[in-house]
Amino acid sequence: MNREEIFERLTPVFHEVFDDDDIVLSETMSAEDVDEWDSLSHIRLVVAVEEVFSLRFDASEVVELENVGQFVSLIESKSAA
Amino acid sequence: MDDDFGAAVSKLASHALDLNQLTTLAKAIERARLENDLSPLSPMRLGLLGNGTTSLFGPALTATAARHGLNLEVVEAPYDQGFQAALDPASDINRTRPDAVLLAFDHRILAMPDNPQDEAESTVCVNEAFEQIRAIGQAVSTQSGATVIYQTLVHPPTHLLGSYDRRLPGSPHKLVDNFNDKLIESINGTGDILLDAGAIAEMVGLDTWHDITRWHLAKIPFVQTAIPLYADHVARLLAASVGKSRKCLVLDLDNTLWGGVIGDDGLAGIILGEGDPVGEAFLDIQRMALRLRALGIILAVSSKNEDATARLPFREHPDMLIRESDIAVFQANWSDKATNLESIARALDIGVDALVLLDDNPVERAQVRAALPQVAVPELPKDPALYSRTLLAAGYFETVSLSTEDLLRADDYTSRAKRVELQGASRDLSSYLTSLNMEIFFAPFDETGRNRIAQLINKSNQFNLTTRRYTQNEVAALEADPSVFTLQVRLRDRFGDNGMISVVICRSLGDGEEWEIDTWLMSCRVLGRGVEQAVLAEIVRNAVANDCRRLRGLFIPSGRNDLVKDHYAKLGFERQVDGSTWLLETHTFEPGDVPVKVIHAVEGNAT
Repeated sequence: MNREEIFERLTPVFHEVFDDDDIVLSETMSAEDVDEWDSLSHIRLVVAVEEVFSLRFDASEVVELENVGQFVSLIESKSAA
Repeated sequence: MDDDFGAAVSKLASHALDLNQLTTLAKAIERARLENDLSPLSPMRLGLLGNGTTSLFGPALTATAARHGLNLEVVEAPYDQGFQAALDPASDINRTRPDAVLLAFDHRILAMPDNPQDEAESTVCVNEAFEQIRAIGQAVSTQSGATVIYQTLVHPPTHLLGSYDRRLPGSPHKLVDNFNDKLIESINGTGDILLDAGAIAEMVGLDTWHDITRWHLAKIPFVQTAIPLYADHVARLLAASVGKSRKCLVLDLDNTLWGGVIGDDGLAGIILGEGDPVGEAFLDIQRMALRLRALGIILAVSSKNEDATARLPFREHPDMLIRESDIAVFQANWSDKATNLESIARALDIGVDALVLLDDNPVERAQVRAALPQVAVPELPKDPALYSRTLLAAGYFETVSLSTEDLLRADDYTSRAKRVELQGASRDLSSYLTSLNMEIFFAPFDETGRNRIAQLINKSNQFNLTTRRYTQNEVAALEADPSVFTLQVRLRDRFGDNGMISVVICRSLGDGEEWEIDTWLMSCRVLGRGVEQAVLAEIVRNAVANDCRRLRGLFIPSGRNDLVKDHYAKLGFERQVDGSTWLLETHTFEPGDVPVKVIHAVEGNAT
């Protein structure tokens, strides 16, 4: 799965979790850019991503993410493994 | 729209929603609450305290509570400050005077003993944790006046040694058991409520429930995917605490309390009893109903059958466990079930929102859900062996107290197995029938259908105008007989293929100007949906194409087909002087609007 495909699959997840169909993902997007993105919805986001991509994240992996681009890189590396 | 908002929210909440969907719905409810009282949902306020991140529960609880008729506002204590919030009279929890407060504390409140073999030390650990919870509960109860909901602790997903843990006084497993015993005992005799989180976790599976990574990540107490289930259990208790638990289980009969159709199969033909897997499944359902009755749940019957026929197994089948005397209201007729349910509720002097309908037929379930959304209609799997479990898992009869009066409730009805008159005009079913997307297939008798045609001809008793029986060879002969018009009819609807549901045989008389309807039978399952009219339209179409001017219908009473004595009258035939013959002029016949789509009609003709 390449980055573009990951962005594509990730977009509806963001729409569901943050209840906003207008969200457009970008590499630099972070919690500051999305109204509903707080620590709680972040947890829901992580769980939803795990389900959609059939992955499990370790605590250490997700705790340091700063933006969507890094999240996509993480998904990319875990999918390849 | 404003008046219906509460009802619309409740209906939306009655679907299976995941945590994201529940959160979205909760936000909509909170926005609406500012301008709308959300009636008929009853307002309630719930305080939420716990160790760990309980904030994920809040929205789930609000949205799920709407499923149970509640407009629930959740007030949370700040993270990890449960004890302080309970003690402080100025905390949000206490100040807002909630109706109930949920103490969502988990096994992490239990300290483990240094020596698991030391019973005394283990007892100290249990007591300390128990006293802590008790203190929080009493503080919040004193300060806010709320009812406290205590939850049982969940067993750990692993043992230290294995089976031996159950024999160690200080193993984690044993500590949880002892804590829970103490908790249950302390609640008895008070107005406080028990939430059996331990049981919920076991239903989900302990390995799944305990998501340790998530705890370390964000103090999430248990796996997120179980939150909707947990919220539903809490909502059931809240609803029960304000008298909204369901009180009456309405039972369908055919293929719900026994296998088969009593009207067609007879006493000897229905399947019920030991020694047969299907028969045992239905015994299980009956046993479950009787156990619920012993706990005060009223039993009623709503079945599409002749009344006498429906009562037959109760009176005479040796394996029936449920007796007529167990049934408070017994409705067996051919009217729609929603109307019958309203009559049952009225007879029992309870609301329709106190009813649960157990019915194997998805068409019936859909009709009731559409017409009476307040009735609980569990979706059943195909296998009757799973009916009991599915019904009980829904927890419709959850309660927060059980008095002697409650237990005797089912006996209160002095007129046993009462049949009540249906009140009001018959429901308009047309939009519901259209939504069924019915498709009908007509074909003359052929070799492929021969077996099933012969089966129906010899098996049908109720919807059978003449009860003429033919052997398979005779049916084969009809296939080739040029003086006979035959129909095998299949029906499909949005719930699936019903298979062959009607058989017609018409004999051409004299010069072909008249056809006598020798045989017309139909499956009772598709009654009242416009199928009779569709079949007649096809007969007439073929008759006209063959220069037949008249159809002659016969009704031969058999003792079991009273159901169809007015069949031809309802279809517009004219009754003849002899009383059992009916005539229809084919050229003046108007088919009318029928909610059934003809996918395949007979091509070419018989005569």
